[in-house]
Amino acid sequence: MYRKKVMTTLAAAATLGMLLGGCANQAATPGGSTSGSGGGSTTVNIPALTSIETPKDAVLPAGNGKATCPSTTTLAYIGAETGANAQLGINIFNGIQLAINQHNKANAGCQVQFKKFDTEGDPNKATGPVTQATKEADIIGVVGLPFSGESKATGNIFEQQGLVHITPAATNPTLTTNGWKTFFRGLGNDAVQGPAAAKFMTGKLGAKKVYVVQDDSDYGIGLGKTTSDGLGSALIGTDKVTTGQKDFSVTISKIMNAKADAVFYSGYYAEGAPFDQQLVAKGFTGTFVGPDGLKDDQFIKQAGSASANAFFTCPCIPGELIPTFESAYKALANAEPGTYSIEGYDAATVLLAGIDAGNQDRAKLVNWVKTYDKDGLSKHYKWDDKGELQAPTVYGYKVENGKIVPIGAIGQ
Amino acid sequence: MIPTLLTVLPALSTDDNSWITFDIPSLMQNFWSATFDGLTFGSIYALVALGYTLVYGVLNLINFAHSEVFIMGCYGVWFTLSFLGFGPSAPNLSLGSIVVNLLLALIVAVCASALTAFVLERLAYKPLRKRNAPRLVFLITAIGASFTIQYTIFLVRGPVPEQALTMFKPTPIFDVFGTIVDSQQLLIVIAAVIMMVVTERFISKSRTGRGIRAVAQDPDTATLMGVNKEKIIITTFVIGGILAGAAALFYVMKIPSGVQYNGGFILGIKAFAAAVLGGIGNVRGALLGGLLLGLIGNYGQILLGNSQWTDVVAFVVLVLVLLLRPEGILGTSLGRSRA
Repeated sequence: MYRKKVMTTLAAAATLGMLLGGCANQAATPGGSTSGSGGGSTTVNIPALTSIETPKDAVLPAGNGKATCPSTTTLAYIGAETGANAQLGINIFNGIQLAINQHNKANAGCQVQFKKFDTEGDPNKATGPVTQATKEADIIGVVGLPFSGESKATGNIFEQQGLVHITPAATNPTLTTNGWKTFFRGLGNDAVQGPAAAKFMTGKLGAKKVYVVQDDSDYGIGLGKTTSDGLGSALIGTDKVTTGQKDFSVTISKIMNAKADAVFYSGYYAEGAPFDQQLVAKGFTGTFVGPDGLKDDQFIKQAGSASANAFFTCPCIPGELIPTFESAYKALANAEPGTYSIEGYDAATVLLAGIDAGNQDRAKLVNWVKTYDKDGLSKHYKWDDKGELQAPTVYGYKVENGKIVPIGAIGQ
Repeated sequence: MIPTLLTVLPALSTDDNSWITFDIPSLMQNFWSATFDGLTFGSIYALVALGYTLVYGVLNLINFAHSEVFIMGCYGVWFTLSFLGFGPSAPNLSLGSIVVNLLLALIVAVCASALTAFVLERLAYKPLRKRNAPRLVFLITAIGASFTIQYTIFLVRGPVPEQALTMFKPTPIFDVFGTIVDSQQLLIVIAAVIMMVVTERFISKSRTGRGIRAVAQDPDTATLMGVNKEKIIITTFVIGGILAGAAALFYVMKIPSGVQYNGGFILGIKAFAAAVLGGIGNVRGALLGGLLLGLIGNYGQILLGNSQWTDVVAFVVLVLVLLLRPEGILGTSLGRSRA
């Protein structure tokens, strides 16, 4: 009996050896499998962007240096400081901190205070910090909240307290349909991003057959729809996955059978990264395109070498290409500007310019933002009556040597 | 009734895309790949399910912390392979060194999981047994232990998954009706089935296995007959841990970015469902339940149009099976000779 067990174990080991034999031999032949099968065949080579044009007369936080304001004047950041998506929040409040530091250094007569409130990015936890912030009378303007879910949950509180807030990151289009007078969006929304992504895929990437896969979040569903609509006849199939899903084999089988040359994943990197990795492992050689929810170094970390076939769309401007901003940010945060750092900086600048112009209570500051019409470092800021920016820009990004780099504006 | 429901329900959906489809051509087209992928994942479920089943058989306890026993194995695999220099790209190694590396990772994973199971039993369950605690207390302790391990990992490793590691690049071995079976799928299914057969033989033939069955059937009589109950219980936990460790290797092979503090949770629930489907307490039931759960979910999601149906279909089938056979397909019978 004991012998039989040993035999079985040996048989198991032998089978394992045989199987791996098949793969090791093949892996060694095509000159280093490390490049990933996605690299080259149908992937279009779009050069990385090395500089972007910044508006000449951009409003900067320093202003004219002659501003005066009460020493209690306070701006606040409300959003994730901890939690699973903390990095996005950190990118943003460092941008705000930089704007406030530059303002206070130049304006001895107007030292604006900065307060941070943590929501963990969670809609269920956001109401507490928002209520607390709106009760503090010294806070006259807010940059936040970064995510669509928490913005949806707390917009009413800001509205009731008449506190102006500019979101530097939330992209769900329905946020501006609530009639809120205090909500302003400092970037393009997904009704802009979806069509831009569709145009990017069928245009620059030359995709003829695009498969759209969306997750079950408000963000993923909304963006999946606007992108699918934009694709028209290039859309050859759709699938829906769930948050937390890890195995995408059936979806991948459908994509392979449909012979898609590009896949658009509408969701976040937690599912997008393993999805891309499994796609490439199954021999997919087309391009993989994702929105701002995927544009994070975590995507590359989790997808591994498969991420070489990935492109991203994002209504965010590559702040790392604005030299003055990049060096100042680096000195403050000891890191490169991340996704939405420049949006945080610009949003804070709009509020600081208002304070400097003498709008030092909540009602005046709301009005200031409403009628604002000037260039920021990243783009022109002028809101319509709903709180959407006019003419927002969507940028394309790609993965190059394990880093996300911008490739220029898309969708125009 | 059902046709009416199918026309009424879509109206409730906010999504204006087709809510549900019965896509038979797609099922035909993707049938074989869904089968092979379903069997691959099903084998992983089955290996983890065995851990639930064995412990249930012996202690009548649903060990909810088993998903953490599994995830500790995943961390074992991850640490070993990153120590050995594996990275995000498939390494360019000879056959021999891949086998050696994977075996090393397997050994570390098995040790990590078995040790976790051992410590768990000693710290969480044994003291309760000594005091003759009611069964509900065991259940609550199991859930508590699960959270404790999960958040200890969270404190040490943080909220984000570990860097993905690729062990080897799957290569086609043969094809069935035009669908390629790759080395990874074949390796996982064959190795998992062999392990389960060995476990089954061990439990039905060996002396310790007889002891396990005796304790499962009647702990008091087994003790009177000279079976060391405590030793049998700890052995059962360790066997469950060993199988979970092996499952961990295959899981990380399939999902390289799955090593995360709460990464075992959903897989644990599925494996538990697989154990119940096959008949909890039944070793062959765990195998059958795991494979079925993998297949049904895959077929269901193709037929009904999208991936969000996977779990719905799998769990509806589970409920239906339990309605007709409350003991699961093969019945709960670790104690009887059917095990």
